Amino acid sequence: MPKVTVDGQEIEVPDGATVLQACELAGKEIPRFCYHERLSIAGNCRMCLVEVKPGPPKPQASCALPATEGQEIRTDSQMVKTAREGVMEFLLINHPLDCPICDQGGECDLQDQAVAYGRGGSRYHENKRAVTEKYMGPLIKTIMTRCIHCTRCVRFSEEVAGVDEIGALYRGEDMQITTYLEQAAQHELSANVIDLCPVGALTSRPYAFEARPWELKKTLSIDVSDAVGANIRLDSRGREVMRALPRINDDVNEEWLSDKGRYMVDGLTRRRLDKVWIRKRGKLQQATWEEAFKAIARAKPGKSIAAIAGDLVDCETMFAARKLLGAMGSGLLEGRQTGMDYPADNLAAMAFNSTFAGIETADAILIVGSQVRHEAALVNVRLRKAARRGAKVFVVGPQWETTYPAEFLGEDVSVLGNLPAEVAEVFDKAERPAVIVGAGGLAAGAFEPALALAQGWSREGWNGFNVLHTAAARMGGLMLGYAQKGGMAEVAKAEPKVVLALGADEVDWSAFDKSLKVYIGHHGDKGAHAADIILPGATYAEKDGTYVNTEGRVQFAEKAVFAPGDAREDWTILRALADALGVEVGFDSFAELQSAMIAEVPALGVEGLADLGPLPKAAKGGKGKGGTISYPVADFYLTNPIARASAVMQRCSAELARGEEILEAAE
Amino acid sequence: MSLADKDRIFTNLYGFQDWGLKAAQARGDWDDTKSLIARGQDSIIEEIKASGLRGRGGAGFPTGLKWSFMPKESKDGRPSFLVINADESEPGSCKDREIIRHDPHKLIEGALCAGFAMRARAAYIYIRGEFIREAETLQAAIDEAYDAGLIGKNASGSGYDFDVFMHRGAGAYICGEETAMIESLEGKKGQPRLKPPFPAGAGLYGCPTTVNNVESIAVVPTILRRGASWFSGFGRENNAGTKLFQISGHVEKPCVVEEAMSIPFRELIEKHCGGIRGGWDNLLAVIPGGSSVPLVPAEQIMDAPMDFDGLKELGSGLGTAGVIVMDKSTDVVRAISRISYFYKHESCGQCTPCREGTGWMWRVMERLRTGDAAIEEIDMLHQVTKQVEGHTICALGDAAAWPIQGLIRHFRPELERRIEEHNAKFAEAAE
Repeated sequence: MPKVTVDGQEIEVPDGATVLQACELAGKEIPRFCYHERLSIAGNCRMCLVEVKPGPPKPQASCALPATEGQEIRTDSQMVKTAREGVMEFLLINHPLDCPICDQGGECDLQDQAVAYGRGGSRYHENKRAVTEKYMGPLIKTIMTRCIHCTRCVRFSEEVAGVDEIGALYRGEDMQITTYLEQAAQHELSANVIDLCPVGALTSRPYAFEARPWELKKTLSIDVSDAVGANIRLDSRGREVMRALPRINDDVNEEWLSDKGRYMVDGLTRRRLDKVWIRKRGKLQQATWEEAFKAIARAKPGKSIAAIAGDLVDCETMFAARKLLGAMGSGLLEGRQTGMDYPADNLAAMAFNSTFAGIETADAILIVGSQVRHEAALVNVRLRKAARRGAKVFVVGPQWETTYPAEFLGEDVSVLGNLPAEVAEVFDKAERPAVIVGAGGLAAGAFEPALALAQGWSREGWNGFNVLHTAAARMGGLMLGYAQKGGMAEVAKAEPKVVLALGADEVDWSAFDKSLKVYIGHHGDKGAHAADIILPGATYAEKDGTYVNTEGRVQFAEKAVFAPGDAREDWTILRALADALGVEVGFDSFAELQSAMIAEVPALGVEGLADLGPLPKAAKGGKGKGGTISYPVADFYLTNPIARASAVMQRCSAELARGEEILEAAE
Repeated sequence: MSLADKDRIFTNLYGFQDWGLKAAQARGDWDDTKSLIARGQDSIIEEIKASGLRGRGGAGFPTGLKWSFMPKESKDGRPSFLVINADESEPGSCKDREIIRHDPHKLIEGALCAGFAMRARAAYIYIRGEFIREAETLQAAIDEAYDAGLIGKNASGSGYDFDVFMHRGAGAYICGEETAMIESLEGKKGQPRLKPPFPAGAGLYGCPTTVNNVESIAVVPTILRRGASWFSGFGRENNAGTKLFQISGHVEKPCVVEEAMSIPFRELIEKHCGGIRGGWDNLLAVIPGGSSVPLVPAEQIMDAPMDFDGLKELGSGLGTAGVIVMDKSTDVVRAISRISYFYKHESCGQCTPCREGTGWMWRVMERLRTGDAAIEEIDMLHQVTKQVEGHTICALGDAAAWPIQGLIRHFRPELERRIEEHNAKFAEAAE
């Protein structure tokens, strides 16, 4: 623990800290552009210069200089002030002063720091540099004249995303940042460079010229596009969500967000269900709430009612439906829409037990049936970190493009019972071996053999068995009992008179021909097409709600905007339905609903990792059945009804996933 | 007193003899190299330290001291490397080229001795891309040395394994900076690295590395053979040895010549270059160490000793000893402006002050050349050079700033005259 002096204040800093970190610990603000906590140190912007003694008689880049015992650091001397003014002046001479028409305005590092550390005017009277536009795909808008060459985007692509796509061409003042051959950036995290860019060179294309940061209402929310539960901030104006940005949470998403979570928000205003519809003579017709409830009551379901939860619903909605069914005397709850029937009686066996932060420290990882990049892009970032630290990664399942060295062991689950000797040796010797079972693996029956393997490799103080779900609602659903022993098949076999589809859009409805299908959801997607009665509900942005991610981490999202038209928050619909069916559910407000839920499932009342108990013993002969693995996500950009309704996601799908040429309107 | 022929290290500098191994051996190269190596690593480093050899690439850092930073033993199995900087791109410098094309075996033998002393596994010679014939010669010489068993496994019968590789650059001046050279060798874009870590700790492929100039390495075997005291007998204190001076510009006979350090400028020119074109009264200014050092006006340089400390006292530096002589026919502002253009062109673009500052300085210089500026802009330009100098990752920012600082220091009246003349002309036109 070296002791240093910052502006006369003596502090102790951790070993390996840089001078910049030491200054921050001392409460001094150090301006910076290229430095970023989660990226390697480049030291090229020269904005963080400070005076350090002992050392050469010139200012030092504090971001790259290790703090050592006895250093005397000054951040307030004339030398430092002059150095900052000088660097700022250089940054601005070729930077267009077009702040009024720049989307970064109001949240621009250059703007802020120019005010704080720059000089009043410019002495540069030559022509400014102009840089030709670059194309970086449908999500990233570029105005490269504004680029200050901090190389954060380059380092992000290389280090975090693991894709060598962005780089610098030419040298000196002709240096330009571009993608390889000016192709679109094609990975699931590409838009994070927009957040990283300290100036307006890389801005959000879908959000271009939509709003200014100071006119937006900021709401803390949770991303529902996958089971990671990334922490996001929804920026809304009036009734519209303008954009989603990642929040910092080191345990979950660090400070990244997948492109889908970020850009599906324009789907929140498209293809929305904002009226009640009833199918009459095979055609959906507009109706009133009263008519709809009467129609449901006329079906006289009694005990013969089922509820199927979709991928995006919150725990409160699922709990309200469970209460309603309970009051009717039914327990037919199911959330695994595609028919998976893995055992769900032990929740620990269903969770990502190593945690996302923990998986970084694993030294041998076996991925069973998961296209991690598409199913949980942010977990893939963690896996890449682990691999960079030396972890060996093996994959069972069809080939996909990993962003780290990985060995594919075959597509059939049976390989789990019969691992090649050298692979088994790696895991036997590993200190922290981990197994990750994805949705594809669960569907192919890999659960039992994977659990058996993980138990064979158990280590003291380390839980290496992980299930990586794909749906934001899945863990919450399992905690609330949304699982039948035989999966969807069992629900179909019961032939319920009424099926409540809670935003369930991935179900094969042909098995429910005889049932009255009531769709409570927000988008006119597959579920609504098959429904007999449609009750318009709210999206994740339009209601408060609890979500549990695949780690078993309970998180709470807040309501950002109101649902459009006649749409209501889902729990109120279920509450009204209870009245129509003449049963008592025991809550009249959201608070009552929540406390009832917490009373029944206490884990949902505490934000953070839920205690899910110990892992079960793997069944004997767990080598079990073999099956070929196929991945559930066919198109990363279109996995849920909101994304499918989003014009941005559709364009991404067309251009990035399917490689179609998109012509600009003007062409 | 000047350097006697018997004391010359580079005996085939002009290529009057063959560069090949046989001829080189006849000149004394590769003579019992085994015994040089048998002295042991520490003894070689001590000898070089005692000789007072300072790096010939420009910065003048004591060579022996630099070698002593290398790890004595590898604790984690990483090998050490010697990188030889043959990317001679400094305008005004042309000594390494002469060594490589006429005396390549001196360099290769030096690589072995130096590499052995610093416990390096191999030497990489990074040669400037434009030196096509020189690269061919060097490669042929390396092949000869391998065939003769002088390098490679059991080099020269010493029991030490040492490889020498040649790597050709691609024409970027910045790759002559030691860490940019390492990046380039690794196959990356040639951009200087942040220091620390210094190359001696983590250099080429993350291994301990020392980067030395060609001349620094090529003189090593001779120093070892003739002794440190012989070498340190030349020149003033702290500026020992012989040095290749490269005189270009307005002298009667431009040349590359080996001379004792600290030789007065006048003697150097009179003896080897046939004097200044048009006589000593016609001398305007001299850039004594390649384009990156400030110029020195005639009256100050004439009797100055040509060595590191002597020129530093004049506010300039010895650099590579690429002496650029300018007589009174020179448009000195244009000359410096051209140098500014060079640095603008060669800035790697990595860090802000250099990337933006070199372009700015050049543009102002161009206007000062024609006088299309205001008097205040001279001071502004000086401030801008100060804003670049010392604020960058590598020394290219300094190198770009110094020539302009030198010009303003010594030729401010000329700059003001041009501005006034220009303004007067346009004032007339406007009337």
